[in-house]
Amino acid sequence: MAIEILMPALSPTMEEGTLAKWLVAEGDKVSSGDILAEIETDKATMEFEAVDEGIIAKLLIAEGTAAVAVNSAIAVLLEEGEILSDAAPAATIASAPAPVLVAASVPAQVQAPKQGNVVEQDLPEGTTFKTQTVREAIREAMSEEMRRDQTVYLMGEEVAEYQGAYKISQGMLDEFGTKRVIDTPITEHGFSGIAVGAAFGGLKPIVEFMTFNFAMQAMDQIINSAAKTLYMSGGQMGAPMVFRGPNGAAARVGAQHSQDFAAWYAHIPGLKVVQPYSAADAKGLLKSAIRDPNPVIFLENEMLYGQSFEVPNLSDYIVPLGKARIWREGNDITLVSFGIGMKYALQAADQLVEMGVSVEVVDLRCLRPLDTETIVNSVKKTNRCVTIEEGFPVCSIGNYISSVLMQEAFDYLDAPVINCTGKDVPMPYAANLEKLALVTTEDVMAAAKSVLYR
Amino acid sequence: MAAKKTSKANVSKDDLMHFYREMLLIRRFEEKAGQLYGMGLIGGFCHLYIGQEAVVVGLEAVAEEGDKRVTSYRDHGHMLACGMEADGVMAELTGRSGGYSKGKGGSMHMFSKEKHFYGGHGIVGAQVPIGAGLAFADKYLGNGRVTFAYFGDGAANQGQVYETFNMAALWDLPVIFVIENNQYAMGTSQQRSTSSAEIYERGHAFGIPGEAVDGMDVLAVQAAGETAVAHCRSSKGPYILEIKTYRYRGHSMSDPAKYRTREEVQKIREEKDAIEHVRDLLLTGKHCNEDDLKVIDKEIKAVVNKSAEFAKESPEPALEELWTDIYAQVED
Repeated sequence: MAIEILMPALSPTMEEGTLAKWLVAEGDKVSSGDILAEIETDKATMEFEAVDEGIIAKLLIAEGTAAVAVNSAIAVLLEEGEILSDAAPAATIASAPAPVLVAASVPAQVQAPKQGNVVEQDLPEGTTFKTQTVREAIREAMSEEMRRDQTVYLMGEEVAEYQGAYKISQGMLDEFGTKRVIDTPITEHGFSGIAVGAAFGGLKPIVEFMTFNFAMQAMDQIINSAAKTLYMSGGQMGAPMVFRGPNGAAARVGAQHSQDFAAWYAHIPGLKVVQPYSAADAKGLLKSAIRDPNPVIFLENEMLYGQSFEVPNLSDYIVPLGKARIWREGNDITLVSFGIGMKYALQAADQLVEMGVSVEVVDLRCLRPLDTETIVNSVKKTNRCVTIEEGFPVCSIGNYISSVLMQEAFDYLDAPVINCTGKDVPMPYAANLEKLALVTTEDVMAAAKSVLYR
Repeated sequence: MAAKKTSKANVSKDDLMHFYREMLLIRRFEEKAGQLYGMGLIGGFCHLYIGQEAVVVGLEAVAEEGDKRVTSYRDHGHMLACGMEADGVMAELTGRSGGYSKGKGGSMHMFSKEKHFYGGHGIVGAQVPIGAGLAFADKYLGNGRVTFAYFGDGAANQGQVYETFNMAALWDLPVIFVIENNQYAMGTSQQRSTSSAEIYERGHAFGIPGEAVDGMDVLAVQAAGETAVAHCRSSKGPYILEIKTYRYRGHSMSDPAKYRTREEVQKIREEKDAIEHVRDLLLTGKHCNEDDLKVIDKEIKAVVNKSAEFAKESPEPALEELWTDIYAQVED
């Protein structure tokens, strides 16, 4: 019976990929384990092996085709002696582990808004924009700063020869060499401490954590050594450095790999904490972070790496730390978020606008220092506020913002501030439960309707 | 103390006098700190270095200008030995504005950029990767400097020490790991906490050479330091010195030290004391007489008393200091 070979999911967050090359032709006999094709994801080029034996009857997707969706049929396999019949529906085989569930669990990507630079009215006149992924923007920020300052270097697991576990540092080893793009052993506590020492010693390290979940191993060096030394030395020496990497939930990686640490780091005096949403902010904020004379926690998000945004075409695009961005101006309600939470905030804003509500959306971008002035001013105008974040609800960023609003805008509030957060549970693996555990656009809509009394 | 003895035959009078003076300064300073603690002028934790003086004094003798050092919370001796002023150290102990950290660091957290002293770290073992990081920066900058990363036998059981050994060896970092083995990790003896009798031998697993040194003999420490520094400065990577020493006082001022006998401490003080050893060399070598040493004793006492006065009289930090030095200013 004819079998359809499906486009495989080759990473937890993959939704589509490029069928780079067929290594079989129609009529070829294949056995299990034979390499059928090379498939390029946004992270890597991977070989795709046959699971079943048979004859390749038809290649449905031409090589070089980009954006082939996971689970779409790419070829038809027949058993020996079988004849391809257009009438006979082909049985599909799941070529990747549970690809259907993977696809189901990945929230639909929102189209990146092209404008919304309300805060950035100071861009030079005539500035053009280029479309860039968050991944490319982060890479460009690091490369530009490494060209500018010889004391900036990158260290972390798989950043050099592997080209980055998430391909952030792709090509950087070639440009900057082994002295400045350094593969470390899997030893977060140790290499974070070495980086802190290097910062004391006059360098400006960028430490990449493969994910911030692993930075838990390095927490002592980040908090006790990097954040506190300037104070403990009476201002004599500090740690000018950046700790960066993906933070928050990816998809289907379970409790130990899915956690938003924004509130943890934002708690610590001596650290600066950045969590960008757009590619432009990722670029401009990372350049500021690298130049900053303090330790900066730069929280990225795996789900956003492949997403494209408009980035100003400037040779040295800098976004100062500590300033929120107003994505959309409005008068009826303020939605405050940061990082991937912005996705839900903006989706909810679109729906609210369709309902005739005028929505203001504030992207914090930086959690320490926190631009409370922009939030308070916005709420004084709209009188209503919903915060959105992916982290846990207890002692969240939203909790702190609520407290600030109680103290500084109490008389302006027409409704209690509601914090939309991830649920108060370790991240489950099962696709349906994971979806339930994350903050959703529906959560934001329910909260918004509640504060609008609608 | 099974460490090998490598006293140099041709040590000069000047060297001996210098060692005597430096070690005595640390001892008298620490005795005074203990006294001020008892008077309530020093708060919190205060870890005295009495008994271990030969370790830093011997190693500082082989350091060059620009070489770096980093250590744990038992740090007063290291600061005095690298040339930091007794006044500034004592005033930090009393939490006054004249202290090295303006009173904001305390006994365990002191620094001097000028003297290349990078702390003063309160978390056991954390200074070890930091020391390797300082060496990493020196290698990156190609400035020929070496770093002394001091830690105790207790810290030697922290995982990050071995993470650091691995990377220091992998990347040939010019760092000397100085294990100040005073035989007790707080109240736990080496026998009860450490699987290896010779801690420096753990370096073998990483290809890091090292040796045990008699830490009650400042000349032996100096000689071993010369070997280690030569190794590091010639780009051969890290080196381990396990310096067998002994602290006469408790782990901190609040330690009743019930885990060892008075006799054990007394025996080492009488038979092994590092200052007495140099004193004997000076006198039996006819380099000086008792009266010459008394003059030094008096000078040291004056320096220490002055530091205590300074530490009492220096004002407490201004209240505005609470909010300074949290962030370095961004340069435009």
